[in-house]
Amino acid sequence: MTIEKHQHVVNISRGLVFNEGDQSLPGEAIETKTVGQVTVDSPVISARHVNVHYGEKQAIKDVSIDVAKNAVIAFIGPSGCGKSTFLRCLNRMNDTIANAKVSGSIRLDGSDIYDRSQDIVQLRARVGMVFQKPNPFPKSIYENVAYGPKIHGLAGNRADLDEIVQLSLRKAGLWEEVKDRLDNPGTGLSGGQQQRLCIARAIAVDPEVILMDEPCSALDPIATAKVEDLIDELRENYAIVIVTHNMQQAARVSQRTAYFHLGDLIEVGPTEQIFTNPRHRLTEDYITGRFG
Amino acid sequence: MTESAGHQQTTQQRVAASLRRRYAAEMRFRAYGVFAVAVGLLFVAFLFTSIISKGYTAFEQTYVAVDVVYSPELIDPAGSRLAETLQAADYQAVLRASLRAEFPQFEGRTSLRHLYGTVSNSAEQVLRDRVLANPALIGGHERVWLLAHGHIDMFVKGQIDRNLPESARPISDEEIAWVDALQTAHRVQIRFNKAFFTAGDSREPEQAGVAGALAGSALTLFMALLLSFPIGVAAAVYLEEFAPKNVWTDIIEVNINNLAAVPSIVFGLLGLAMFIQFFGLPRSVPLVGGLVLSLMTLPTIIITGRASLKAVPPSIREAAFGMGASPMQMVLHHVLPLALPGVLTGTIIGMARALGESAPLLMIGMVAFIVDVPHGLSDPSTVLPVQIYLWAQSPERAFVERTSGAIMVLLGFLLLMNAVAVILRNRFERRW
Repeated sequence: MTIEKHQHVVNISRGLVFNEGDQSLPGEAIETKTVGQVTVDSPVISARHVNVHYGEKQAIKDVSIDVAKNAVIAFIGPSGCGKSTFLRCLNRMNDTIANAKVSGSIRLDGSDIYDRSQDIVQLRARVGMVFQKPNPFPKSIYENVAYGPKIHGLAGNRADLDEIVQLSLRKAGLWEEVKDRLDNPGTGLSGGQQQRLCIARAIAVDPEVILMDEPCSALDPIATAKVEDLIDELRENYAIVIVTHNMQQAARVSQRTAYFHLGDLIEVGPTEQIFTNPRHRLTEDYITGRFG
Repeated sequence: MTESAGHQQTTQQRVAASLRRRYAAEMRFRAYGVFAVAVGLLFVAFLFTSIISKGYTAFEQTYVAVDVVYSPELIDPAGSRLAETLQAADYQAVLRASLRAEFPQFEGRTSLRHLYGTVSNSAEQVLRDRVLANPALIGGHERVWLLAHGHIDMFVKGQIDRNLPESARPISDEEIAWVDALQTAHRVQIRFNKAFFTAGDSREPEQAGVAGALAGSALTLFMALLLSFPIGVAAAVYLEEFAPKNVWTDIIEVNINNLAAVPSIVFGLLGLAMFIQFFGLPRSVPLVGGLVLSLMTLPTIIITGRASLKAVPPSIREAAFGMGASPMQMVLHHVLPLALPGVLTGTIIGMARALGESAPLLMIGMVAFIVDVPHGLSDPSTVLPVQIYLWAQSPERAFVERTSGAIMVLLGFLLLMNAVAVILRNRFERRW
């Protein structure tokens, strides 16, 4: 048994070498073509043949995937597998990185977001983002939530703005905790509260999709549980894409799961199936904890 | 077992021995630090005691009481009492006649020169003003407190040793005797030297003040700030947040860093060649001084501005971009407000350096002797450090204390600027 396992590991590492580069290397080839169902009916976002290069290095290799409405899709995979990179393609956050080059097509409601006519400000109003480390603006709680509606001109007057702020904080499950101190700085909240404030800030502009890049990695278990509950509630109104290192979290909050490996999308499928009956060997190795 | 215990023993001993060495090194290291700080403090203390002990007397001034006889024959022999006549009258003669009448013991050219020389030559202007304000004085007499001459002032304040031989001091035995007599008659007073803060420069030390230099410095700095702050911040923001990172921006960065190290006199030469000779702007004016100083402060402001922009965490930029802010909104709403305390500190450091700068201003003619206090950017003026330089070169004994006094004013100005910087920084930091 131990010997068999050992051999397995060796094979995998060979596979890694093979995947990284020289096709002529001898050894067992691991199929990197995506298995599972990448398409869904009436997707919000559909990405096709997306490649991302950082200079010479290819970070994403021919990834195609759909994001469904009112559902959570989790991107899992070992560190450096490209899941965050791919997530950041979905609202063009990679534009700020000087030598990043994106090819392929990513369509949001049918229109290509990398098209010349696509306004980046409008795109980010439709595709919100929550980051790994809570990053509220060093302003008041109110200002944090009101910022998006203000710059996008969503509120006609102060009363409207108050309403949006209150509604967003309620949706983020933060209202009861902060309603008496809206003028206090957002940076004075606890880590979990800060992250929920960032979620409130994202939903204040009423986006269609919310991207979450490891939103709970800086939080303690209790705060994590709260954010996970929140994600489950938000699913009613938004499509959510979440990148996570925590496989239990992926299993808890998502309906679909995508497994990335060294820039390849290995497998996509219903979360339950991925975790109980993965079809690809790399997926199986990862979720059973053999590497990653 | 015993072997390993013995081995452990020696290890422990070695560690103990090395610990002692380490602690000794630590103590020495701290001692060096304390010594360095102590030496620094010593120099500062020496500087301050030297300047203050020499300069505090500049804030006091000796006055001498003279019984002035406003004789109508000298002022207005025709009795017309016309303003022009009163204006044109020879008040020096009035003063001299009064002094002669009061102190008949002074005879002969030298003695009389000493007598006339006890009051400053501003006295005739004082008398003229009094008569013009109140022509009824003519024909009467009154006791007027007049500014003492610099030598007398120095002597009364104890800056001239009376035990020196007569040839080695600027004041004669006769004058000393006379001052002593005046003092016993309570006709010598030391008052607060208001003129030091309200008057411009003068050839006579007792009349010289820093007001002109202070106003010149303020106007020059105002001009420099007006130009260098917006340009510097704009350049820093563009280079840090918007400019592509390529060879050209690298070249620009290297050039800015080099400019910050260029000796200031070179900027003076540049200002002379460009603003005065090419653009034909006037010499000795705060406008050109401000332009030259802003050339000099710009690199400092750009470099510190970029450093404080760089210090704003990237997560703030990501958050702003993630919310759909445009790059300009990202900068104006988030990054710049967070970087502002640092930018302000850099600006004030640059301004403080500009305030103490004299070399570039010498090149553009701000070293001229200017009596009038400037009121605008195009009035000829000088600045505080140049005024200090001019006074330090003056031979009169009384300018020594003025020099130290002006240095104290300059240091006070600097202290004020730094205090403003600290207050501004704290206020902006508290806001978020």
